[in-house]
Amino acid sequence: MLSRVANSLYWMARYIERAENIARIVDVNLQLLLDIRNLDEKRLVAYWLPIVQATGDEQAFFKLHPQATGHAVTEFLVFQMENPNSLVQSICQGRENARMVRDQITLELWEELNRLYLFVRSPQAREVWHHSPSDFFHEIKASSLHIIGIINATLIHNEGWWFIQVGQFLERADKTTRILDVRYQSLPEKGVPERISPDEALEWSAVLRSCSSWDAYKSIHGADIHPRQVAEFLLLSDDFPRSVRFCVNELNRSLRRISGVTEGHFTNNAEKLTGRFLAELQFSTIDEIFEQGLHRYLDEAQTKLNNIGGEMFNAYIFQPFQAADEVHMVQQEEQQQQTTHSRY
Amino acid sequence: MLQDYLLNGGFDEMLDPHKGVRGHYQKFHKLFKSISPAEYDAKRQAVDTAFLRQGITFNVYGDAAGAEKIFPFDMIPRIIPAKEWELLERGLAQRITALNLFLHDIYHEQKILKDGVIPEFYVLSARHFRREFVNFEVPKGIYIHICGTDLIRDKDGNYLVLEDNGRCPSGVSYVLENRRAMKRAFSSMFEGISVRPVENYPQELLKTLKYIAPAGVAEPTVVLLTPGAYNSAYFEHTYLARQMGIEIVEGRDLFVRDSRVYMRTTKGLQPVHVIYRRLDDDFLDPTVFRRDSMLGVPGLVHAYRAGNVSLANSIGTGIADDKVMYYFVPRMIKYYLDQEPILPNVPTYLASEEQDMKYILEHLPELVVKAANESGGYGMLMGPKASKEEIAIFREKIIAEPRNYIAQPMIFLSQHPTYCDGKFDGRHVDLRPFILSGERISIIPGGLTRVALRKGSLVVNSSQGGGSKDTWVLYGDE
Repeated sequence: MLSRVANSLYWMARYIERAENIARIVDVNLQLLLDIRNLDEKRLVAYWLPIVQATGDEQAFFKLHPQATGHAVTEFLVFQMENPNSLVQSICQGRENARMVRDQITLELWEELNRLYLFVRSPQAREVWHHSPSDFFHEIKASSLHIIGIINATLIHNEGWWFIQVGQFLERADKTTRILDVRYQSLPEKGVPERISPDEALEWSAVLRSCSSWDAYKSIHGADIHPRQVAEFLLLSDDFPRSVRFCVNELNRSLRRISGVTEGHFTNNAEKLTGRFLAELQFSTIDEIFEQGLHRYLDEAQTKLNNIGGEMFNAYIFQPFQAADEVHMVQQEEQQQQTTHSRY
Repeated sequence: MLQDYLLNGGFDEMLDPHKGVRGHYQKFHKLFKSISPAEYDAKRQAVDTAFLRQGITFNVYGDAAGAEKIFPFDMIPRIIPAKEWELLERGLAQRITALNLFLHDIYHEQKILKDGVIPEFYVLSARHFRREFVNFEVPKGIYIHICGTDLIRDKDGNYLVLEDNGRCPSGVSYVLENRRAMKRAFSSMFEGISVRPVENYPQELLKTLKYIAPAGVAEPTVVLLTPGAYNSAYFEHTYLARQMGIEIVEGRDLFVRDSRVYMRTTKGLQPVHVIYRRLDDDFLDPTVFRRDSMLGVPGLVHAYRAGNVSLANSIGTGIADDKVMYYFVPRMIKYYLDQEPILPNVPTYLASEEQDMKYILEHLPELVVKAANESGGYGMLMGPKASKEEIAIFREKIIAEPRNYIAQPMIFLSQHPTYCDGKFDGRHVDLRPFILSGERISIIPGGLTRVALRKGSLVVNSSQGGGSKDTWVLYGDE
């Protein structure tokens, strides 16, 4: 298949996954704050700043906002068009990538993605948001899950579909590490904390809910919340579909389906790095991870995922498809016509 | 259906001057009468919804949100009897043959210029004349492989050629989709009326494209080169590519090495042999034509010249589109084929001819003035509808640059019953048949009938309230 098409499908999936993750993080934090008592401005910042830090866009944030207030952070993460990774921007980019390959995807997928796009771009979206943020986020999450369902149920599971899987699981793995990292400041640099306060328990359960894993976690560990178990679950569980290990396993499978290379071998660096990372996740214990420090571990995991993305690009896409001057290019595209539009 | 229907003094496709239904519309009229207004409404809505959902849309330029609109569709078909179509087919085949001979001639011996049939100056000064391609052998000697020729009918119902589109004519996807929609909505009608099918256009097109593949390539890889998703005809590009089962590529998907063209796939580079390009010459190759083109492929022209890749249409066909060249097409037919034109031109005046110039300047308020090198209705004056100031501005322009202007009398286009605001009303129509020229000439039966949905408007333009109709060519005459 054309490299450009593979590239667009991959990014379409990444952006949709990104939007859904932002929706969950912000939604859960808003709800968490309802449960925390004695909140003053300073403490509020302590709850919002880590969220910005987790997205990795701290610098961009402080260029636009002086302080990490709730309003500033939600605006930045949800609506701000100047933030290329905001929820609305992610949906716009996802839709734009889908539009580029409109002929390669199904009508059902296009319609739902387009509907979501039209919704977040409409004035109605702001109204819903003001009225009830959780309704707003519900809409985003439901639509994203709907889209994933459509992708699985209506697209041919061919090469293009595996590129979609690569995008989805790479993004999901990355976002899970970032969500898990939100509370790192309450942890000792190395090792497992012995006891946690009730507020901290609430915060760690928020981490779980940000990954849609509250129910899954409880079914295994009961209502007993501890960072060690939370981290183990989100990093090393081999059957929870948002855990890093699960995602990297899927990533590994998808890359191998694309190249046709069997387990235990590799033909490009993306496969090599993915295989290594997967082996590491499979043969690590959570105590080892805490011993070297959870934050450090997550930082490294993010770098590994980044490198896998880069190597995948080198293996299949070769050259950036983003034109230097997008506006100029669009103008030229529009000029080309000898169409049904002329004359008298 | 037609009780309150008004004739407007022009030619009506369906009714004769006494409001009798013409012979070739009678079967349709009889069947159509049996459909209740409510039933018709339901069908109409179903068709509109289907078009929107399937994204059979065009892009509206200058709209930041990238709005896509459907091309309005009217369900009353335009019907052409066999006898009439046979004449059109012969006329169009004659025309494309002459145009291809003309292009071959002016890019080789230039006999028609040396014999003084067309003044040399007109050809050599044409903006789309590609001097670089003089003496270049295009594959199989064909220049225009895909042509869309616009036809209109005058007051007496005579077909006239309004213009030839020999670069990248579009609209054929609507022909195919309109027919599908009609077959779904009125399946029983197709049982009662024998209408010639249009479905095999994509196969014919692919055959035409494969025919021009470079010599020695047994299984040529054909691709469609699109300017990209922002082009107004992008839907059509993807549609045709899908129907033909070929890849749709953008310039950045292609890559030239050792004068050969490849596409960049996830499995590496794959050779490409024939490119159906929906991109103007100017943008094809930034190393040869416009340097700022971001849509083209560096080195493509070199590969083309080396004979390793074929282009449809060939480079340099734009000159056949030139409105001044249009004036000379009847002469080309006479010169190359020694025949009289079967389909006449609209009477045309050339501003650079002294006599004509005088006439134009004296009659500006009655004439339609067009810029020779522009398509898309840019640089046009509609005399009868223009203000004094607009006419004055054009007068200056014509005097300053006579080569660039032609003038024609305003033709009162034929009208056709069309469903507007809850009733049937007459609206002006034209017709764009699509002509393929490969091993043989093949013309899709019918073509795209465009209709000006605004009352009295002669603009069939989709961006200005134009729509389309299905076009039925009958096997017989009734």
